[in-house]
Amino acid sequence: MRNKLLYLSVFVFAGMIILQACSNEQQLNYQRYFVNGKKLYEANCQNCHGAKGEGLGKLYPPLTDTLRLTKNKSMLACIIKHGISETSGNHDTSYQTAMPGNAALPDIDIAQIIVYVTNSFGNKQGFYDQSTVTADLKNCK
Amino acid sequence: MKAPLFLLLALFILQACSNKTEKKLPILGQREPVENIVDGKTVVDTVYQTIPPFSYLNQDSAIISDKDFDGKIYIADFFFTACNTICPIMHRNMLEVYKKFKDNPNVKILSHSIDIKHDVPSRLKAYASKLGVESSRWAFVNGSRDSIFNIAAKSYLVAAYEDNADPQGLVHQGWFVLVDTKKQLRGAYDGTKEDQVKQMMLDMETLLAEEKLNEK
Repeated sequence: MRNKLLYLSVFVFAGMIILQACSNEQQLNYQRYFVNGKKLYEANCQNCHGAKGEGLGKLYPPLTDTLRLTKNKSMLACIIKHGISETSGNHDTSYQTAMPGNAALPDIDIAQIIVYVTNSFGNKQGFYDQSTVTADLKNCK
Repeated sequence: MKAPLFLLLALFILQACSNKTEKKLPILGQREPVENIVDGKTVVDTVYQTIPPFSYLNQDSAIISDKDFDGKIYIADFFFTACNTICPIMHRNMLEVYKKFKDNPNVKILSHSIDIKHDVPSRLKAYASKLGVESSRWAFVNGSRDSIFNIAAKSYLVAAYEDNADPQGLVHQGWFVLVDTKKQLRGAYDGTKEDQVKQMMLDMETLLAEEKLNEK
């Protein structure tokens, strides 16, 4: 009788953990993307855009304009991968500096950078999946 | 018996106070002894390495030469406008130095572009304005390939060269080199490290005090 009770409680406990894990998968993915994104940001973006996303004068734009990031979110992947030229007109007119592309970055890395940038420096825009990035990249101008 | 002892002690204390040595920065680079005859005696003097005469175009397309730095202390570095590796970090730090010494006419900054082909004065001007530098006390200069790469290697002791293996074709170190009024090298600081740049600003104060340039 006592054994049965113990058995049952262990079973219930295990079930709870599995349920918990499922509901947290999105959360886990977010955290994984964010942590990796931070590393990728430091390696690829930070020199110009700064450790706090502050940019540098009118040379490199800051990444703190959350409205601008939301409005152009589907373009972010294209900009990171292909860069922008001085005259592309894709960017804020007060910052006419070309940005080099990072053609070698795989989609997953780009998604992780987007998650980090759009959830740091005062931004709080949540998760952005790799599949969305792949779709975004098909529509690059 | 007691009075002389007291006096001696007082003397010691005074000595200790007046003995406060002024901090001086070392003189870097090559040096060689030179023998001079002064008043019939042979005196050995040390001659230190100095920055030779130079002439470049600055961001306002004006000629800028070593004469413009006579009687001033300055910081020299090497960069190029399209550089996206260490240059943005260097100039983010240098901007703090510029802001701090902006109103001191005895301090200048000299940034040599190593991208001779692309960094023409108009482009340097755009870069300077975007960085927020309106004064010519921070000069961004363009010169001939030989003059820039030679002065980097031989005079400022900073490695800068063209390298086809590099994605941008240009490789250079991020040193900020502090030069005194006699054009001698007095310090070299890693321009990508915030703490070293802070130390440089302290050393600049020390140098200004040594050169008595602080009084206006």
